[in-house]
Amino acid sequence: MAAITDVETEPRVRRPSPLRFLGRVSPAFWTLIILLILWELSVHITQVPIYILPPPTAIVKEMIAYWPRLMYNGGITLSEVLIGFLFSILVGVPLAILITYSRVAERAIYPIIVASQTIPKVAIAPLLMAWFGYGLTPKIVIVVLLSFFPIVINSVVGLKASSAEMLYLAQSMGASGWQTFWKFRLPQALPYIFAGLKLATVLSVIGAVVAEFIGADQGLGYVITVSGSSFNITRQFAAIIVISAIGMLFFAAIEALERFVVPWKANPIVASE
Amino acid sequence: MNDMSLNLEAASSVKPHIRISRVSKTFKTRKGDVHALDDIDLNIKRGEFVSILGPSGCGKSTLMMLLAGLTPYSKGRIEVGEKLIQGPNPEGGIVFQQDVLLEWRTALQNIMMQAEIRKLPIEAAKARARELLEMVSLGDFENAYPKELSGGMRQRVSICRALLHRPPLLLMDEPFGALDAMTRDQLQLDLLRLCRDNEMTVMFITHSIAEAVFLSDRVVVMSPRPGRVERIIDIDLPRPRRLAMREEPQFTAYTRELTEIFKTLGVFREEV
Repeated sequence: MAAITDVETEPRVRRPSPLRFLGRVSPAFWTLIILLILWELSVHITQVPIYILPPPTAIVKEMIAYWPRLMYNGGITLSEVLIGFLFSILVGVPLAILITYSRVAERAIYPIIVASQTIPKVAIAPLLMAWFGYGLTPKIVIVVLLSFFPIVINSVVGLKASSAEMLYLAQSMGASGWQTFWKFRLPQALPYIFAGLKLATVLSVIGAVVAEFIGADQGLGYVITVSGSSFNITRQFAAIIVISAIGMLFFAAIEALERFVVPWKANPIVASE
Repeated sequence: MNDMSLNLEAASSVKPHIRISRVSKTFKTRKGDVHALDDIDLNIKRGEFVSILGPSGCGKSTLMMLLAGLTPYSKGRIEVGEKLIQGPNPEGGIVFQQDVLLEWRTALQNIMMQAEIRKLPIEAAKARARELLEMVSLGDFENAYPKELSGGMRQRVSICRALLHRPPLLLMDEPFGALDAMTRDQLQLDLLRLCRDNEMTVMFITHSIAEAVFLSDRVVVMSPRPGRVERIIDIDLPRPRRLAMREEPQFTAYTRELTEIFKTLGVFREEV
């Protein structure tokens, strides 16, 4: 088999083309570059005013000029996101454990958690401002309200994913309730919990920005509202880019953590007899 | 009469390893009671390989669950060794139709779960686990994750896991039911080898007549709904069993006899 492959691949070796490096980068990257060029060109051709749509080059210039403020406000938003996300885990996972283990809790709490999701969180944000003021607290509360739901739901599904046979097996070994949880149920639930965490990263960024829209004196959401009122669309775009970057990096960080904690789901290799 | 009972007690080695006396199991459902098992009487000797053979729905899996103490019985008595079964009996080893391997553990780690839960000395258990893997020709796969293994390999690991703590009793619930015919043959041979090297009593649940005859010292025939012990047949074939024996007249006489029993029970219907 190896010999055949060698013979067949030998004549296929080509001289490296000078444009070969293009193929190494994701095709999506090139799509993005083309779209940005089209954007730049169309803005210049149609002479759209800068307070309607700035060209990408202007946005980059703005980002460089405004960089320290963007970083400062980005840091504020990021801290709201991270603190809220952490609280969501601290509330969500234990709640999921309670719901999994207690029939009463499942019937008393679970339906309410599910039903509460029909309440538009953005709509109650002004109310939270009235209760908690304009500081950090209402932002964290909104982030938690948005992001704890997928964590709870996915954790419950994951903790219940252990088959009856698996639990019988644990019993037949004489496992205690604690051992059954720690060695069987929790590892089984981890991939599900991580799916919930990844959803929660996206939602917690949205939560923090929305909370800043409604009442804040710093943060990227605040930068967007203030720039908007002074028709500084370029700065709004700059803030949006930083928010997206925060979201993507946060998601990537959780994904990296998942690959570390749940390695058995990350690399699918299948061997046969 | 008195003398007899005294003699029986003195000769405790003759005392059956498993004593199931007048055991019934009723499941309560919304549609009313379902009689899964009715008045089961069965004794199994120490070191004996007994198959419970019957069509699906005859309660044979339930019987195994009762014996493992994982399901409570409604009436009667079950004793394993000196112990009355009243809850999970961790002295046994158990193998299900599904291999129930933990995806996040390698083959060796899956087997070692048994040692971790039971707090066995780790190094000795590891040596034993490797020895077991070697016995089922999986010596090179101790670090493989379950998803890297085929169905037959996975089930072999799960059998090794059940045997790690040298259980005096091995309970198997259609362990080869999900495997293809050839893998099944190989695993039957592996199991017989493991039984020869490990002193233990085996209760093997199956719906395959040939499998029951090939493996067992005795075959317990169960009738469907409610499950009853219909007949018990001694399989008087020499050990070690060889695959070729399945073609020999002695063997086919047993399978024919069992097929006839199921015909009279109405499990099989043939055109006349």
